[in-house]
Amino acid sequence: MAAPKPRVKVPKSASAGEVITIKTLISHKMESGQRKDKQGNVIPRKIINKFTCEFEGKPVFSCDLEPAISANPYFEFNAKVMESGTFKFTWVDDSGDVYTHEQGIEVK
Amino acid sequence: MKNRIILAAAAAVAASGMAISVVSAEPADDELVIDGEMTMVTRTAAPKDHPLDEVMSGWLFRTPETRALEADSFQNPGMLYVERGEEIWNTVEGEAGKSCASCHGDASETMAGVGTAYPKWDADAKRPINLELQINKCRENNLKAEAYKFDAAEQKALTTYIKHQSLGKPVQMDLSQGDLQSWWKKGEELYYTRTGQLNLSCASCHEENNGKYIRADHLSQGNVNGFPTYRLKQANMVSLHNRFRGCIRDTRAEYPAAFSDELMALEVYVTWRGTGLSVETPAVRQ
Ligand code: HEC
Ligand code: HEC
Repeated sequence: MAAPKPRVKVPKSASAGEVITIKTLISHKMESGQRKDKQGNVIPRKIINKFTCEFEGKPVFSCDLEPAISANPYFEFNAKVMESGTFKFTWVDDSGDVYTHEQGIEVK
Repeated sequence: MKNRIILAAAAAVAASGMAISVVSAEPADDELVIDGEMTMVTRTAAPKDHPLDEVMSGWLFRTPETRALEADSFQNPGMLYVERGEEIWNTVEGEAGKSCASCHGDASETMAGVGTAYPKWDADAKRPINLELQINKCRENNLKAEAYKFDAAEQKALTTYIKHQSLGKPVQMDLSQGDLQSWWKKGEELYYTRTGQLNLSCASCHEENNGKYIRADHLSQGNVNGFPTYRLKQANMVSLHNRFRGCIRDTRAEYPAAFSDELMALEVYVTWRGTGLSVETPAVRQ
């Protein structure tokens, strides 16, 4: 696959106090570090090891990921929104690369 | 003594009521609606002269979790390859300085329904052509680029993308083209020919025993309406000829090359067997 690419689904709008569902997915091999190549050499571990979601700088959800998690990790979680603003999603790769995505929501 | 204990345990599970979905090998009584909007045909009356009364999508034979993945286009990991396919569609490559889009424009218009009708008859090559080979034909003749090697990541992504433009439309080949009838006949013969040390034909598993378990796998009718499919086992897209080869290998036989006469004949015949089912690409399978 090409470079890891995040996908995020947040409702465009909500009413104040509403509990919304957020879905995220990132294309990633999640190489566990426990497989061997054809020559018998260990394929180095390369996984997304951390995922966070913030709303206007405040943490909403975060978790650590482990090598047994399958490729293209998917998260679904809920958040209560009180005012309009922007969600920031961050995925951290073993390689040190960081992938981010931002999405706004309008609260009426 | 041991047997009695196992039997007793089975009875206890059955009595709990929860067992029904675990023990039963029936296809699910469920409806596939993508994103709560698009209702798919996963069961339909078989075409004339078909050996079964009803054709069923492999989706009905999967677990509730796998079925749910396919029903949500956001969760379906196969959609990542659709996106990748779209990028390739729009990328200039080859000596002609063209992309697929240079000639075919917006695939959601020009390729809508195209994936329902393959394999077609290729009058130049005088043999059936599938989507992978048609893509290669356009790459060589129109892009002046190299044909993709079998199962190159780009081939799978582009095939998935084009086939996805027919999502929800019924599989409907036109067997009156060229000599497709005789290829259909050859495919039928292959379908019923036993191969390998295990001496099994496609029909042994997918016609006579669909609905039953073979080890941990719930056998479906082996229809092709979801290909290329995202297989959880591989965490990747699997092409149709790869699947055919895997099934033949499982009978402990030597398998034919991708796009060989044998596998093209099988593709013609097996695609016909799923006539009327909705294209599900990218379907999610175990
Ligand atoms: C030993 C049993 C066996 C034989 C023989 C066999 N298959 Fe399969 N096949 C399976 C299993 C198990 C699966 C995965 C579960 C399912 O969908 O049935 C499968 C899956 C498939 C699928 C994918 C179905 C889907 O919904 O994605 C196709 C297509 C298929 N087989 C075609 C064939 C063809 C064509 C042949 C003959 C060349 C064949 N199979 C022979 C066991 C077999
Ligand atoms: C220079 C123009 C040109 C380019 C570039 C081109 N094609 Fe084509 N394509 C054609 C023409 C003309 C046909 C119809 C005649 C034929 O089948 O060869 C066609 C037919 C097709 C068909 C069959 C449509 C059907 O109704 O069955 C597919 C699929 C297709 N092209 C895919 C592609 C893809 C994928 C690419 C990029 C790799 C591409 N084409 C690039 C001109 C082009």
